[in-house]
Parts: sequence; C-alpha cells; structure tokens
Amino acid sequence: MTAVDLRAPQRRNAPTISYRYDEYDAAFVRERVAEFRDQVRRRLSGALTEEEFRPFRLMNGLYLQLHAYMLRVAIPYGTLTARQMRRLADIADRWDKGYGHFTTRQNLQYNWPKLVDTPDILEALADVEMHAIQTSGNCIRNVTADHFAGVAPDEIEDPRPTAEFLRQWSSLHPEFSFLPRKFKIAVTGAAHDRAAIMVHDIGLRIVKSDSGDIGYQVVVGGGLGRSPFIGKVVRDFVPREDLLAFLEAIMRVYNRFGRRDNKYKARVKILVHEKGIDEIRAAVDAEFAAMDRSVFSHDPAEFERIAGFFAPPPYDALPATSASLRAAKLDTPAFANFVDVNVGAHKIPGYAIVTVSLKPIGGVPGDATSEQMRVLADASERFGFGELRVSHEQNIILPHVKQDDLFALWRMLDAAGLATANAGLVSDIISCPGLDYCSLATARSIPIAQAISKRFSDMSRQRRIGKLGVKISGCINACGHHHVGAIGILGLEKKGQESYQITLGGDPTFSASIGEILGPGVTADQVPDVIEHLVDFYLAEREEGEAFIDTWRRLGHARFKDLWRREGEDGADI
Amino acid sequence: MAVFKHPQILVASNLTDGEVLFLGPSGWERDHRRARVAQAADEAAALEALGKRDISANRVVDVYLADVELGRDGAPTPLHYRERMRVKGPSVRLDLGKQAADGGAP
Repeated sequence: MTAVDLRAPQRRNAPTISYRYDEYDAAFVRERVAEFRDQVRRRLSGALTEEEFRPFRLMNGLYLQLHAYMLRVAIPYGTLTARQMRRLADIADRWDKGYGHFTTRQNLQYNWPKLVDTPDILEALADVEMHAIQTSGNCIRNVTADHFAGVAPDEIEDPRPTAEFLRQWSSLHPEFSFLPRKFKIAVTGAAHDRAAIMVHDIGLRIVKSDSGDIGYQVVVGGGLGRSPFIGKVVRDFVPREDLLAFLEAIMRVYNRFGRRDNKYKARVKILVHEKGIDEIRAAVDAEFAAMDRSVFSHDPAEFERIAGFFAPPPYDALPATSASLRAAKLDTPAFANFVDVNVGAHKIPGYAIVTVSLKPIGGVPGDATSEQMRVLADASERFGFGELRVSHEQNIILPHVKQDDLFALWRMLDAAGLATANAGLVSDIISCPGLDYCSLATARSIPIAQAISKRFSDMSRQRRIGKLGVKISGCINACGHHHVGAIGILGLEKKGQESYQITLGGDPTFSASIGEILGPGVTADQVPDVIEHLVDFYLAEREEGEAFIDTWRRLGHARFKDLWRREGEDGADI
Repeated sequence: MAVFKHPQILVASNLTDGEVLFLGPSGWERDHRRARVAQAADEAAALEALGKRDISANRVVDVYLADVELGRDGAPTPLHYRERMRVKGPSVRLDLGKQAADGGAP
C-alpha cells in the first residue's frame, strides 16, 4: 500500500473524495475480473456445471433472478464520485436497459445483464475503482455507513475511514470467506443513527471516552429477515487500536459456534439470541484475551492514510445563512418546500446537505435512469466537489452544497425529475424489488409503494403528516427493512394470492424496535386504505411535536389494533 | 413424485442471458404459449428428463415444472402469479421483459 494521496494535486477541479486504489488494490480487482472471465468461459464451454459455477458468480455479485441475471455492484459505505456515477450510467446503457436500482445496502443493482457480458461490465467497473466482490455469499458484505458522514453537525467522527479500514480487513479474509451465513457491518459516528446499526450483525458506533479518546461501542446480533432481532452491546468502548482484534474475536466466536446445519439458524443474531449476550460477551472476551493480537495491532499511519482520502473538501468561508436562499424561497414556494424537506444542516457554515429523492410520486423506489445518473454526476461536480452518497433509504445525497447554490441545483434536479420534496415523508418509501424482479419474493412490493405514494400525492398533506418511515419487503428476507418501519408492510403468499401483513412501531435508530403485527393480512388493493386510516388516526391523536412512532408508543399498539378490529366490524374495507 | 393436479409446462432460464424459456415441441421457446403441455404425470416426468438433458448440455438452468390452465385455443397460462409474472416481465415496467417484445402476453 502506498501512503500517497493521489488526489491532492487535482482536488478542487477533479475531486475524488473517496478512497483511491493503490497498486495492490488495482491489481487485486483486475485479477478477480480476469479470474471471473475465465470462470464464465468455462461455464459456457461446459467445463463447469451450474452447481460448480454458482458460488463463483455469487462471489462476484451475479444472481439469477426472475426474468434475467442481476448484478449487484458494491458502493463502499455509499460513497461515489461523479466519475463513478457516470460509469454506472454508461454500463446501464451499454449492457443493461438504461437504469439501475439503488438498494438498502447502499449498492446498485442491474436487473438485465447477460452472463456473457458480465466480465466486460466488471472490467468497466474496475476502470473506475469499483467491483461487485462480496456483494453476495456467506462473507462480510459491503460495509455501510451514515450517508451524512463527514458533514453531519452531530458527528463525532467521519465513519468512512473506519468502514474502509474494515473493508480492507474483511476483503477475501481467509477465515471469513465461508462463514455460516452472510455478515453485515454498519458504522456511524453521529449522535443520531442514520445507518441502522442496531439491526446489523455488527453495528459500530464511534464514541468518545471521558478522556477524549475515540473508540467504538460494539453492538452484535442485530438483524432483520425471518427472525428479527435488535443488536446488543457486547462492549461499550473498544479503543481504536483494539478494533480489528476485537472484531476478529467476534468473528472467531461466530465461526466456531454459529450453526451450519440450518441456514435459517446460522446468522450471528440467532447465536446471540440462543446463548445470550452475557455468554457471547464472555466467549469474545476470552478469545480476545487469548489471541495473538500483535497481528491485528493498529497501524495509526495506515489509518491516517485512509482517513486522508476522506478529508474535508476545500470549503469556502461563508456566512452561516444565505440571503439569496432566503429570497429564492420567498419567490418560489416549490423550492421552499424542497429546502424545508430535503435539505439538511451542514457542519460548515453556508453549506447544506441535499437529499435527492429517488421516490417520485408513483415511481419505483430507488430506480434512476442513466440520464438521471448523469445529471446527478454533473450536479455533484457543479455544486458539490464531485461527491455523491447513496443512502440505505435508497436516495442520493449531495453532501457539500453551498446554500447560495441550492436554487440553481433545484432547477437542475427539477428538470430531470429529481426534485420530489419528500425526504423522510410518507412517500419516501423503502421498497425491495419484490416479485417484479426477485426470485425469492413471495409478493410484489413496488406496486404497493406506488399505490401508497399516489394515495398521498398531495405534498402539503405529506408535510402535515411529517416524518413517517414506510418500509416494504416482498418476502420474509426483509430487504425492504419492513421490521423497522414505523409502518412496515410484508408481502406474503396466502392461498395462492399476494397478501400483505402490516406492522407498526418499527424503528431503525438507536431507540430501535421491531414492528408489531396489526392484524390479519390484507390484499394489495386494501393496503393504501389501511395506511391512510392509520395515518388519519395518528393525525387525530398526536400531540404537539409527535411523529407517528411517538404517538404509537404513547398510545400503545393495542389502540391501533382496536381501531383495526372496530373498523373491521363496521365493515370498513380494511 | 408430487401428485399431478394440473397440466404442466417446463420452465427454465437461458444460460447465456437468463431469459425465461419454455420447453416447446422442438426446443426451448421464449413464448410460453408455444410450450409443450404435460397432461399426466408420466408426460411431466418426460419433460423433466428433457430439462435435465439440457441442463447437462449447458443450455438452460433453474428448470422446473409449472402448473398451467389451458385456454380455448389450447395455449397454456401459468396458474401461479409468480409464473404469470415470469411470462410477461415486471408489472411496474411494461416496457421491459417479454411483454415489451411481443406487445404483451395474455
């Protein structure tokens, strides 16, 4: 590895605010592409059977789905450069069908690649320092992070250097390439959890000790899927120098005791649940104490080298507020709504964080056309140091926009259909691809999201309702995070028909909770009515400043269930 | 062997591009309406045997039998909504999948 920051001389005009491959990284990714090209060749020639080939294609992010293959591209901690976004657009045009789908793991999926083209796609990704390695399989997956990393005012430290550190540690780690099941890690450095760390196999929260040292609160055993669990704190403070050794100890305990006889019992959350956190903590502590930690000793120079790639861009010194922004808001109500809903406070005076919603009313959550990707790349270069983020909520973030530039940015986004002012509102729905694409799905999820979005198409009504997380999964695997939706919707099959189970009270933040089932499943047509009814009840009952989840917690689930039962008896269509 | 309740067709994915295919009278078809229909368990077993042959020949993957109903013209339509989705394409993108190429399957 080299300690040279390759970006330094070209930072202002050709910014690359993300980790840059060194020679080792570049050679490794190129070798993997060549290896997969040969594996595809051997598969097509018949030298490899599908059974033999399947693990290879999965290790490279290639699935076989309902209508075609699907390629999942890793976007480490959700950070993209403009150049990378343009390449994703080019791939969509050349080898797919002109669009991509941003996922809840901050990745991008192509829904229509041909097997024969996949090596060329991976080659094109490697050109811009991207790949699809470890986006599938029983390994440590793409490490995710707070999408406001490095710019949030409530942040102790940018979590991305830690995430990149862990990516390098976990990539092709020989002990962890064949784990009992997939393994997901998320990192946040902020006071408010935007990375859902409590529902990851390992969640890391960057904290500061009383003496001012930076370390990590380590949470283990969270997860969604068919058996949802909130993670438990295994240690309150792990100093940075011990992080890799401590995580190694957790992984060894999981590798040793995790079940391999039943894939549905193989996640670390099941191990933590069955053994209890105290027994797991004791096992981890014992492993940590016994292991040779010298091989995992922290290299501060290497960490600083990595952190250097995430250094703040060259911000201008600006007033805290913008007069031109105030004037534009007064002149253009639609822009004012966009600013009020989609623009967040930035830690640097005069700058703002912009959430670009990929949830137009009636649209497909998380989808972006290649043209929209190019507009986003252009916008990031024109207004934001060429950097973009993908949120686990399936939106795009422009993290460094001058308040003075917001109006021009909004006009640019609006012209591309990217200015929907609904970030965090009821139509900003997380949705997995569901049965429209996914071979595992038991029901469609996208049309449900579209129907709810259309039902609440009145944006002023959405703003009155306020923050409300609706999350939809098309099967029990819960890629749409329905368990942690304030309103969660799970698509199932019931007597040969699609049926939707509603849950209430889920929360993906530090105050995490798993949603509780409202009642019997309903049909697709009934879902918008049910959601509207619940929302109306909330609006009638809420107290000053309460979000939906607050009202649900104050009133209790039984009140919502009672509502359900009473309306059912009255013959209402729910 | 599963109890034979409905007529069946053999569904697969094309190895090279993953497109959904249906075993027809003289090879794999892209249109399910041209699929060969098994009317009895032994006919379904024969379809499966042909499928296994073509898996071995590296032409198709993910081969399975799907229950169908027959229209007045004898053309099969899958009974389950999952396979109904597969013969068309995404219900949210009518411009994609088979429904786009042939103007929409029934």
